[in-house]
Amino acid sequence: MGSISLNKVSKSFGDVQVIPPLDLEINDGEFVVFVGPSGCGKSTLLRLIAGLEDLTSGAISIDGADATNAAPAQRGLAMVFQSYALYPHMTVRKNIAFPLKMAGMDPAEQDRRIAGAAKVLNLTDYLDRRPGQLSGGQRQRVAIGRAIVREPSAFLFDEPLSNLDAALRVNMRLEICDLHKTLATTMIYVTHDQVEAMTMADKIVVLHDGYIEQVGSPLELYENPVNKFVAGFIGSPKMNFIAGAPAQKRGADSIGIRPEHLTVSRDAGEWAGVVGVSEHLGSDTFLHVNVDGIGMVNVRASGEFRVKYGEQVFLSPIEEKIHRFDAAGLSI
Amino acid sequence: MATAHSRTAARFMLSPAVILLLGWMIVPLSMTLYFSFQRYNLLMPGQEAWVGFLNYKYFLTDPAFFAALWNTLMLVGGVLLITVVGGIALAVLLDQPMWGQGIVRILVIAPFFVMPTVSALVWKNMFMNPVNGLFAYIAKFLGMQPFDFLAHAPLMSIILIVAWQWLPFATLILLTAMQSLDSEQQEAAEMDGASVVSRFIYLTLPHLGRAITVVVLIQTIFLLSIFAEILVTTNGGPGYASTNITYLVYAQSLLQFDVGGGSAGGIIAVILANIVAIFLMRMVGKNLET
Ligand SMILES: Nc1ncnc2c1ncn2[C@@H]1O[C@H](COP(=O)(O)OP(=O)(O)O)[C@@H](O)[C@H]1O
Ligand SMILES: [Mg+2]
Repeated sequence: MGSISLNKVSKSFGDVQVIPPLDLEINDGEFVVFVGPSGCGKSTLLRLIAGLEDLTSGAISIDGADATNAAPAQRGLAMVFQSYALYPHMTVRKNIAFPLKMAGMDPAEQDRRIAGAAKVLNLTDYLDRRPGQLSGGQRQRVAIGRAIVREPSAFLFDEPLSNLDAALRVNMRLEICDLHKTLATTMIYVTHDQVEAMTMADKIVVLHDGYIEQVGSPLELYENPVNKFVAGFIGSPKMNFIAGAPAQKRGADSIGIRPEHLTVSRDAGEWAGVVGVSEHLGSDTFLHVNVDGIGMVNVRASGEFRVKYGEQVFLSPIEEKIHRFDAAGLSI
Repeated sequence: MATAHSRTAARFMLSPAVILLLGWMIVPLSMTLYFSFQRYNLLMPGQEAWVGFLNYKYFLTDPAFFAALWNTLMLVGGVLLITVVGGIALAVLLDQPMWGQGIVRILVIAPFFVMPTVSALVWKNMFMNPVNGLFAYIAKFLGMQPFDFLAHAPLMSIILIVAWQWLPFATLILLTAMQSLDSEQQEAAEMDGASVVSRFIYLTLPHLGRAITVVVLIQTIFLLSIFAEILVTTNGGPGYASTNITYLVYAQSLLQFDVGGGSAGGIIAVILANIVAIFLMRMVGKNLET
């Protein structure tokens, strides 16, 4: 059980409204990712759900029961913090046991759960070490271990991977996804990294200045962004936005075209441009093309496409993949 | 200082400071050591002679010595207990966000800036005096007999005065440590279902361990040599009830003019201080390792 629903939830710090009233439904067993630029209120929203901040207005219910004024510990949620927030003077075993000890659980059951969590997270050999003697990835796993032994109805993660190096981040991403599949528990995951959002989420919530811009599955957001913000935020490299004549021709204030939806040719095409920097990744080549009258356009070409700095190329958008936006930035 | 050459150079450069500090310590120490084996009384000039361990024998068999030793330990222990417990309590309070925080913090630190003689005299004359003191006034107001603190509980009174002086120091160090406590850890513990009391026991206290050690070690050094407060309040009395080792050495050498006996007492005080230091490092020193 782990369905959470937010009803007209808002949060202000003093006079500053960080979260304007918003509604959100999170279903049992879902992997929901809150994504948005830094400072848009993702952590605040997560902390409201956790009970670490008081709501300014609105209501939160968990599993159908009202939890608006419940203390954090009573909500049955477990949180993994960005800084891991491990207890530095306790061993890994004691760290993981802490919530169980606080709940007054019988020691045999505690040991059983700790052993289980340690096995799942590959921590068995480290149970008697202190957090200071562990690597970043191991600390992260201890923090997750401390969360799973409580068998919460939902997990909350606040940018759990942002302190790890790139390779470890990819690994931990997979481990968290695996964990979600095994436990089938609701998870709410906060990140500013749209790649993490796209790869992990069942449902993505795009936040911008506290507003929910769009909620949907990764591919829905990729294929049908409701506005320019979501279109620009989701997808890597970023969508190209073009205003002026090419947009007017298609009956829009501006159009957006993803780098992977442009075809490059040496001979002919809609727009002529000069190649600037080109990034050869082997599988793909990313070109930064300076198009007359439009400006810099990012293009994804196949890995075999070899160009040099200053060469002339022609670009044509794939017509049905073009996103059209009105003057207010909404999709048409 | 990676190479052997630069290490040698570093030692060479350091040597003046080391030699100066060594001389600074060695000269008075060896003179005291020398006098402690002499019959050297200012009232009997010209009779100086080598007496071996006689001065030590007299000092150690003097009944005042054991009273003073006990008083020294009580004084150090009592003040440490009050300042550490009180310091933690004050630090917890001052760490709460409140109106006028800055001023309150300065007020709490203030006693530390008052000179020991001054504060002891203020306590003696304005608070503890059985006729004019504030405590006597309160007692009379409540219809009780005024209590003559310095006459009937001299050691306790001195412990109280010294603790009042050192409480700000303990509070300051502990408050700084308290402020470096990670708020996410507190929140994690809150989500883990720990009550305020459990969070204090399992997070705050262990976090303060190192700061408490620092407070205990530094204060012990100063508390072993408390002198001014005793001199201006009780003069070590009544009898030897508030005489500590430092005061006993003073009484021996400057009230009885027995420089030899005083020196022997001084050497014994040094040895005692080292014993206390070894015990302390054994007990709490491991808190200082990373
Ligand atoms: N305790 C607080 N007091 C005042 N402002 C805050 C507080 N916490 C967060 N904010 C503000 O709320 C906004 C959103 O913060 P946050 O939720 O941490 O953003 P994110 O996690 O998306 O980067 C920021 O502008 C931040 O300055
Ligand atoms: Mg954040």
